[in-house]
Amino acid sequence: MAKNKHKETPAFDFSGGWDYSPSPESTSHVQLKKRYDLYIDGKFVAPTSGKYFETTNPATEKVIAEVAYGSEADVDKAVKAARKAYETVWSKLSAKERGKYIYRIARMMQEKARELAVVETLDAGKTIRESRDVDVPLACNHFFYYAGWADKLDYAFPNRKMTSLGVAGQIIPWNFPLLMAAWKIAPALAAGNTVVLKPAETTPLTAMLLAEIIHESGLPAGVVNIVTGYGDTGAAIVNHPDVNKIAFTGSTNVGKLIQKAVAGTGKKLTLELGGKSANIIFDDAPIDQAVEGIVNGIFFNQGHVCCAGSRLFVQESVADQVIQKLKDRLETLYVGDPLDKNTDIGAINSKNQLTTIRKYIEIGKQEGATIFESSCALPKKGYFCKPTLFIDVAQSSRIAQEEIFGPVLTIQTFRTIDEVIQKANNTPYGLAAGVWTDKGSRIFNLTTKLRAGVVWANTYNKFDPTSPFGGYKESGFGREGGLHGLGAYLKVDN
Amino acid sequence: MTTNKTHKNVPDFRLSPTVDKVGVEERVARFQTRSIKNEAKMQGLKMVLNMIDLTTLEGKDTPGKVRQLCYKGQHLHDLHPGLPTVAAICVYPSMVAEAKKAVGDSGVKIASVSTAFPSGQAPMSIKITDTLYAVEHGADEIDMVISRGKFLAGDYNFVFDEIAAIKEACGKARLKVILETGELASLDQVRRASDIAMYAGADFIKTSTGKIQPAATMQVTYTMLCAIKDFYRTTGVKVGMKPAGGISNSKLALHNLVMVKETLGNDWLNNNWFRFGASSLANDVLMQIMKQETGHYQSADYFSID
Repeated sequence: MAKNKHKETPAFDFSGGWDYSPSPESTSHVQLKKRYDLYIDGKFVAPTSGKYFETTNPATEKVIAEVAYGSEADVDKAVKAARKAYETVWSKLSAKERGKYIYRIARMMQEKARELAVVETLDAGKTIRESRDVDVPLACNHFFYYAGWADKLDYAFPNRKMTSLGVAGQIIPWNFPLLMAAWKIAPALAAGNTVVLKPAETTPLTAMLLAEIIHESGLPAGVVNIVTGYGDTGAAIVNHPDVNKIAFTGSTNVGKLIQKAVAGTGKKLTLELGGKSANIIFDDAPIDQAVEGIVNGIFFNQGHVCCAGSRLFVQESVADQVIQKLKDRLETLYVGDPLDKNTDIGAINSKNQLTTIRKYIEIGKQEGATIFESSCALPKKGYFCKPTLFIDVAQSSRIAQEEIFGPVLTIQTFRTIDEVIQKANNTPYGLAAGVWTDKGSRIFNLTTKLRAGVVWANTYNKFDPTSPFGGYKESGFGREGGLHGLGAYLKVDN
Repeated sequence: MTTNKTHKNVPDFRLSPTVDKVGVEERVARFQTRSIKNEAKMQGLKMVLNMIDLTTLEGKDTPGKVRQLCYKGQHLHDLHPGLPTVAAICVYPSMVAEAKKAVGDSGVKIASVSTAFPSGQAPMSIKITDTLYAVEHGADEIDMVISRGKFLAGDYNFVFDEIAAIKEACGKARLKVILETGELASLDQVRRASDIAMYAGADFIKTSTGKIQPAATMQVTYTMLCAIKDFYRTTGVKVGMKPAGGISNSKLALHNLVMVKETLGNDWLNNNWFRFGASSLANDVLMQIMKQETGHYQSADYFSID
């Protein structure tokens, strides 16, 4: 066709050239304490064991604070405080007053949004762009949303009789530390329960800032208790006989242990576990926007997202084009200092997680899949991983079956709609899926056939407090967010 | 220096790729969160100046006005040495000769609108005569408008043939094809019109005449950049981009550069492949450059208004 005089091969140069100057978010307004205690019964108290553990900034590998290691005895204190607060104060308070407290927490979080965002980035390694634009605003919105329901429970479940459950034990993961705390605490309080919450050991700091906000808000002592620690701290919450409800977000393995532990105890349980979600691109999709959706689906929060679109299915007729565009797009992703406002992909949350991701990348290579990594340079210090694609992956490959929880995408092609539905459902998980097509009828066809808690159409990784979220099969059960999320903290009778 | 030609193998334009507006808005919002500071900002601002097609397209234009504009294009702010000139001066065909004389051998190009700008509602013969007149009087670049009525009526062949005919009339002059996206109603249509223009021989595709609102929104420009990207992958031929109308401040101009850089890469970040059609942008950029240098803003009276 066109004869170009210069005979350039059609490729794009995304390296160097006009570079953005470093633009790090200021940390001067943040004053971290050297040491964080437990928040029990409205007071910040030292752990009974006297033990503390260190939390590090994964982007620099530097220790940023010491955090109390809560033991069984501390959990017991927290549960007792929560029980007392439930029986003497919180369950007696009018619903309207309950709502006021939750609104107040939401507003105070908004006022401290910058501080919360910076600390989240320091502790978790996620980019300031995301903690500023996604995590913190969404966390505030969850409090606002559930505050509104507090005095309207009769309208949430009309003609039903509702009672709160009592003490809710909540264990949250490290991928969205503050947001997950909000997902758990807000509906629990709105429904009239009291809370014992355990943040993840690698990311306890924003939960402790939230404890400070809650303390300052004047919430009655013992209504929210935050006990930091490791897995054994969480186990103590799960096994405590006076807890009425367990809400857990985390790995499928731990979820299974929890389900065994609470079996027969009468504790109400919701589990939000792992995923290996399918993102499906049809040949009539708006391709450039689909490519953005793929990037957002797998590289959002370094791929540390339970609903990450980690299995890409592309219709064969557009596969070459999509893969080419995806490779180009990878070259324009900035990987590096999470505090820099221009960084797209930050640090991997912990050394352990980086090891896991690298193990899977090795497995992928051994399985014979074609690997493509962004050519970007990684910082010398800190835990970083290049955005990675695996092409020519088989459904039977381990990298296509197991959750990697990192910035690694497997790409498979398909020919017909029935084939892709089968393949998408052919997984032990069922958390989310994405469908990209210009055809509305096809979207509705797929939403009824994909066994996934959330199906996004022509978008991915969109969250809203009004929308329930949760999984099928090994991705867990129960829903968080929306009315469903409220119902999970209530006993609803006819 | 024309780089494109009318292609013989053309796709079915009814099947141009679809565009999802919500997705485009999201992508554009990401470009706008890029933080451009210090050296990057200074470099970007100078790049913007050098990409401007300084424009006057009014019924009341006179040779005197055009001469002043041409001087301004070559001497943006002589108090600050080392500034580039603009890329081109953009005028009506009747002013081309005057403008050409005024810019001399400064390297500043003369662009002329043609084809019964801005409506394009004239017979083909007149559009060709209009174009030939501008080229004969020294225009280096021709900014034509497409027949939006024909396009919206689905007569894509007519639009294609018209562009091809003007391309032929242009000779060595580079052809910019104005889609007037404000009249095309959807991003799907913007994409389709971009494809038609490029296969018909456009050296540049351009958003707007500046006479219709909305003009060069980032959503529209992004859609056209994606079309250029696909065209280059398919044919190996580079096509330039010119957003025109509505880009009146530095911040928006820098966001446009970010968008070009992250969509087409560094090769497009010069005035061979990217232009701003603007009349008031230059002074805002100059004001920002002086602010970067001195640390404070000067009033508008310190910058000449030609």
